[in-house]
Amino acid sequence: MSKVVVVTSGKGGVGKTTSTAALGAALAQTGQNVVVVDFDVGLRNLDLVMGAERRVVYDLINVVQGDAKLAQALIRDKRLETLSLLPASQTRDKDNLTAEGVAKVMGELRKKFDWIICDSPAGIERGATLAMRHADVAVVVTNPEVSSVRDSDRIIGLLDSKTEIAERGGTMEKHLLLTRYDPNRADRGDMLKVDDVLEILSIPLIGIIPESMEVLRASNLGTPVTLSDASCAPAKAYSDAARRLMGETIPMAVPTDRKGLFGKLFGRRAA
Amino acid sequence: MFGFFQKTASAPAARERLQVLLAHERATMGQGDLVALLREEILEVIAKHVPVERDKVRVKMDRSASMSTLEVDIELRGIAIAGRA
Repeated sequence: MSKVVVVTSGKGGVGKTTSTAALGAALAQTGQNVVVVDFDVGLRNLDLVMGAERRVVYDLINVVQGDAKLAQALIRDKRLETLSLLPASQTRDKDNLTAEGVAKVMGELRKKFDWIICDSPAGIERGATLAMRHADVAVVVTNPEVSSVRDSDRIIGLLDSKTEIAERGGTMEKHLLLTRYDPNRADRGDMLKVDDVLEILSIPLIGIIPESMEVLRASNLGTPVTLSDASCAPAKAYSDAARRLMGETIPMAVPTDRKGLFGKLFGRRAA
Repeated sequence: MFGFFQKTASAPAARERLQVLLAHERATMGQGDLVALLREEILEVIAKHVPVERDKVRVKMDRSASMSTLEVDIELRGIAIAGRA
């Protein structure tokens, strides 16, 4: 049984693309067949974060319009053979993304992969609603910051009304992924705490990703953070989140890069 | 009042503002669904008796403290209903 996951947030810049790449790679590392799909037509970036920007030939819109076969558009990751990318179009208009076309592609992807991770564009327009439309599970990416929490609340409302599951009378399985969390600032009372965000949005938590230099470093290199340095705090947090998506129960911890004496003496300078 | 060593924590303010705002916004969004529901059911009733075009229907709801109004505007093309006795 394949699962379609939408990574969404409403607000831009909170880490949807980074999280899609990191979760996709973490799932693929466990041996599952994974495809990450970029729905951000006109502003694609998943290819860049995955390090596949020079390998894009055909894209989602080509497949939707029948100009290319799905197999021609899929890009197999060079590091992980169980990981593939379906890029968005950079030049075509997003109106070319039709509901029927997307439904057909999703049906084909379901036959080939265990996990289909859809990277939603920001906003609540067509691209975002189509990305969530066929999902079984939603990962709502939120920063501990007022505008992000508000937009996430709005997106949760859409997940519960404008998706296929909702229209059939079902309930979308939703998970909160809290990104760019800084435990020190939260402890000082200068950042919303995990529990504050959970209480306000009232959906279950799937992971807490700490604010970290490693995340930027990974995207600079075009490598999902779970592949670039599997031992760093954000990579561990993403891997745990991926395992929770697979149904495992793993205790939730606020991850830190605190190093032992050895690390302090010989490790890299703290970010 | 800015103490040299500490400012007042700002997270509780963020939390409170969000709770108030989202309580309001959730209610308003719910109203959007109510309008859609009313629109569908009103259309259904009217369509039993006269043909209506779906895109010629406008439903608007205004809410204020003392009174709320529901405005339904349906264009009936080429039909003279008046005079039916």
